[in-house]
Amino acid sequence: MQMATAKRVILGTPVFDGDAARIGYAINAMCFSFNNAANRQAFLEDEDAYCAKFNLTPEQRDAVRQRNVLAMIVAGGNVYYLAKLAGIFGLNVQDLGAQQTGKSVAEFKQMLLDQAKGI
Amino acid sequence: MAKVIGGIFTSHVPAIGGAIAKGLQEDPYWKPFFDGFKPVHEWLKDNKPDYVVTFSNDHGLNFFLDKMPTFAVGAAPQYDNADEGWGLPLFKSVPGAPELSWHIINTLVEEEFDIVTCQEMLIDHALSIPLELSWPNSNGYDFKLVPVGINTVQHPLPSPKRALALGRAVHKAIESWDEDAKVLIFGTGGLSHQLDGERAGFMNPDYDKFCLDNLPSNPDALTKHSALDIVELSGSQGIEILNWIAARGAMGDGAREASRNYHIPISNTAAATVLMTTDHALTLA
Repeated sequence: MQMATAKRVILGTPVFDGDAARIGYAINAMCFSFNNAANRQAFLEDEDAYCAKFNLTPEQRDAVRQRNVLAMIVAGGNVYYLAKLAGIFGLNVQDLGAQQTGKSVAEFKQMLLDQAKGI
Repeated sequence: MAKVIGGIFTSHVPAIGGAIAKGLQEDPYWKPFFDGFKPVHEWLKDNKPDYVVTFSNDHGLNFFLDKMPTFAVGAAPQYDNADEGWGLPLFKSVPGAPELSWHIINTLVEEEFDIVTCQEMLIDHALSIPLELSWPNSNGYDFKLVPVGINTVQHPLPSPKRALALGRAVHKAIESWDEDAKVLIFGTGGLSHQLDGERAGFMNPDYDKFCLDNLPSNPDALTKHSALDIVELSGSQGIEILNWIAARGAMGDGAREASRNYHIPISNTAAATVLMTTDHALTLA
């Protein structure tokens, strides 16, 4: 595919562009369906069947099975949609942040608090 | 003719909705944020808008990746909140203003903005929370809403320069609306924060201060960065500042800061609340 400009890399920062939107369509579509409570329940009752219904790629299915946020992002997941999946498991954005940065939740929360110093 | 009386700019972190539901306004974690709305409440006692025009981004409630508009203007008779996937209590519905919406739509297209129009539109926490923060525990809203959605989800995003120009075109529409009406602008989201990737938890108080210092008197300063520059400076969700930039444009020239609050952290976010007023606001004693 011809690029208008070279892709810009921002360290540790996913840029959800057209490539990501294409490869991530299935997992994001599944997450979008979780706006509906009955769909959340259906996922909890039979995760395999629910993922199959949305044709998740093997990479996406593995990432969901492992509850691995970074792997979901590599497979095209967008955090605005993934947050709906995380909600099913009762996880908030500190839980997600801790997992992605390799910190404990307490360490991650402290890192957030520490950024108030000097403002 | 309609006049813009002011602008309310605030973060829209979903957890704020949870704090409202639990009544945590005086809790030590939340109080520094909620206190930023005290001057807003005082000002709103005397300044009652007939219309509210908002700039915010959808978070996967109203739009999905099947159809992702860069700029979307609501033209619905009513806007409802809905379950965003967390099963939280729903916020109030807001009455729409289809006539003003279509006037804004017509003006924007005349000004060569190729927008999407939405006669049905759900509103998510990015609108419901700022409205609830501004008019807490009200029985319903006395104003009518025109929501403008800006894509901050799927790159390429509109440039800050384009967002400011969109806002200025909305201002032109408001000023040419043939009704003696008061209009209040909202810009929501930000400030610096990042939810995803190895850099999750990133904030940048220096960049936030640059935005807060320049937005009232020199909003063009914020357009020296590209959208991707802002992602780098402010985090992948810090780009929601695009909503603030457009909202500032919609206020027209001559906005001034009336109150400012900045607090780290609310959830993963450097949270801010700013009230700006214009010469058309009722002057307070």
